Amino acid sequence: MALTDSVRSGMTTATPHAQTATRRPGRHRLTRRALPYLLSLPALLVCIGILIPFFTAVYYSMMRFRLNLPMMKGFIWFDNYISFLSDAAFWNTMSISLLYAFVTVTGELILGLGIALLLVRPTRINNAVSIMLLLPLMTAPALAALMWKLMTNPNFGILSYLVGLLGFTDFRWASDPSTALLTVVLVDVWVYTPFIMILLLAGLRSLPKQPFEAAALDGVPRSFVFFRITLPMLMPYIITASLFRLLDSIQQFDIVYSMTQGGPGDTLMVFQVQSYLEFFQYTNVGRSAALLIVLWAITYALSNLFIKHWLKLRERAHGPA
Amino acid sequence: MYEKGRDLAAAFVRKQVSRRELIQRASQLGLGVAATSFFVNQAMTQAMAADFDWQKFKGTNLKLLLNKHPYADAMIADLDNFKSMTGMNVTYDIFPEDVYFDKVTAALSSGSSEYDAFMTGAYMTWTYGPAGWIEDLNEYIQDAGRTNPNYNWDDVLPGLRASTAWNGVPGGELGSADAKQWCIPWGYELNNISYNQKMFEKAGVKPPKNLPEMVETSAKLTKDLGGPYGIGVRGSRSWASIHPGFLSGYSNYGQRDFTVTDGKLKAAMNTKESKAYHELWVKMIQDSGPKNWSTYTWYQVGTDLGAGASAMIFDADILGYFMNGGDNKEKGNIGYAPFAANPSASAPTPNVWIWSLALSSYSNQKDAAWYFMQWASSVEHDLFGARKMDFVNPVRASVWKDEEFRGRIDKSYPGYLEQHDTSAPGAKIYFTAQPLFFDLTTQWAETLQKMVAKEVPVDEGLDQLAASVDKQLKDAGLGG
Repeated sequence: MALTDSVRSGMTTATPHAQTATRRPGRHRLTRRALPYLLSLPALLVCIGILIPFFTAVYYSMMRFRLNLPMMKGFIWFDNYISFLSDAAFWNTMSISLLYAFVTVTGELILGLGIALLLVRPTRINNAVSIMLLLPLMTAPALAALMWKLMTNPNFGILSYLVGLLGFTDFRWASDPSTALLTVVLVDVWVYTPFIMILLLAGLRSLPKQPFEAAALDGVPRSFVFFRITLPMLMPYIITASLFRLLDSIQQFDIVYSMTQGGPGDTLMVFQVQSYLEFFQYTNVGRSAALLIVLWAITYALSNLFIKHWLKLRERAHGPA
Repeated sequence: MYEKGRDLAAAFVRKQVSRRELIQRASQLGLGVAATSFFVNQAMTQAMAADFDWQKFKGTNLKLLLNKHPYADAMIADLDNFKSMTGMNVTYDIFPEDVYFDKVTAALSSGSSEYDAFMTGAYMTWTYGPAGWIEDLNEYIQDAGRTNPNYNWDDVLPGLRASTAWNGVPGGELGSADAKQWCIPWGYELNNISYNQKMFEKAGVKPPKNLPEMVETSAKLTKDLGGPYGIGVRGSRSWASIHPGFLSGYSNYGQRDFTVTDGKLKAAMNTKESKAYHELWVKMIQDSGPKNWSTYTWYQVGTDLGAGASAMIFDADILGYFMNGGDNKEKGNIGYAPFAANPSASAPTPNVWIWSLALSSYSNQKDAAWYFMQWASSVEHDLFGARKMDFVNPVRASVWKDEEFRGRIDKSYPGYLEQHDTSAPGAKIYFTAQPLFFDLTTQWAETLQKMVAKEVPVDEGLDQLAASVDKQLKDAGLGG
């Protein structure tokens, strides 16, 4: 009864609106035309909000702009970028950043995939372990770095003690140029492997069972199943996880800065650390912005590459969209 | 009792009652140390207010940006006196040192008027001053209308006054006649030896007198103590690794960072003498420094001494001071000694770090903020901090003569006064003031790391450093 009443009253209230609309068709058309634009306005505003700082950075990257040398401020077009070409420090930063990203993502993928394969059966123990393994991911990377800094302290660090038992009594971790990269990579792998693991575990558990059952019936060896069935079917998940991690690792800051500030020497001078120092310590806005734009270009190119590959795989699996 | 206590404190401040009499009569009145201190401090504030209109900006709200430091703690403990004397309200944001200067740079570079005054180091003013972010305080100090007649600016140690004044010309002499006073010295540290007396006794060594001796003593300590390492110095990839012990020793050998000819700068780190000094320094760290030296900031250097992990540090004297108290394992075991690195030098020449107060150019109430700054750097507040809090090292000569302060330090920190008094005449900033200070000094630290890691020989490393520095100076229009 109540429902009937409300429907009735709704109908009665709707009637005058319909009448007004019939009376003013021009206004109704205008509203209908404007509606898509109004609906997309928030997205447009967000887009502008993102693009303003970006284009400001592009503009600054084309300036000679040091906060403490205001007299020298001026537009120099691409001079900051051109100077990078002959700057050994820049090429060192480029190679360290790429190497760091490559090594961490590879290590995390191998470990993450291995752990995901071990936990693929949804038993109670496996579910509990997969939740426990997520704990490092919930630690702030800067805190994780400080924790590792303590654990690798040669005087009292537990890890220094353990490697000492293996005969490496003078292992200097992040203090030695030959082991500094290894040390920060270990921290990165410790923090982010769970991220890869959880994505791949979700992927593994969602794979169709039929191909595996068919392979089992035919007595296909496990290695064949892994390389010819599991891995190809898991590839979209692997690419997605790698893309996320790659974009993050190439922009690494907190772990490296907390542990070594880019040292010893310039061993770990990755893009973000260099750019941070250029702005906050040296107040060289132009150079700092140029470094970040180069980093953006690398990130953009890498993500394009990955996405194209991912689309190809999807096309192969489902046919053209 | 309250009134009598106040009268007694007022008489003491007017110097009608001696310290001994004050203590006797306060105890007769049943006043404890804390209550007596409170009354004396209040009386000093009232005396300070007598000759100057401190109430001129009554009702004004000031906001400060502070670094978490014992100097800031001392100021906060005394802040109610300033508030009651001026009728102003003071609020503050306080940040740990790791992020503090980023916060200052962000606030100033954005032109924010949020903060009226802030803590800074003298080196930072070489960036803030030319950028137009801070005020030249000479205009305030010399203006009788704005500055308390009892402020006594000349009482501030001359080396510190000069070190915080620069004419903005790259390579310009600090404290020159045309220099702008970018900040007011508040508290400072000079670099000398702090050492573990028990460990020195055990190893049968005395505090070294010069760098060759320091290299030997550190090696012996490392060998004989069987655990702790011999010498703690900073090593992180930062300009802050160069300014304490390293530059103090470097300047004692008569070496400079740059030469200035016709207003143009040229790197001077690769002279023969400089190379010899670097050789010694690098050897000392390789033989007797901490294993993870390249990550060492002041914090690790200090805490290792306090925890008994190192036998000696060549760093800020106040670092040794703080490690001798609190709940440090080696509390009470730390001794202090002056140090002249060059065997043929007549006295130490420590480079200094000066915590100072600067006035933001974006403040909308600069005169009121100056009132706060002159109070915070006054004799009265300096005395309060030195006697009752851990405000060491005070920047005023009169405070260094204060018997109560000297007595307190002498009792709990044996050798501290001697190291300070011996070194203070030669204590100042030995860097050449120039706008690329942070870039080039960080690069110096980076080169030092490479030398210690044996990635590059000292000789070659310094030549490469000098070439790179000269190129950057030229690119910035500062070099020849």
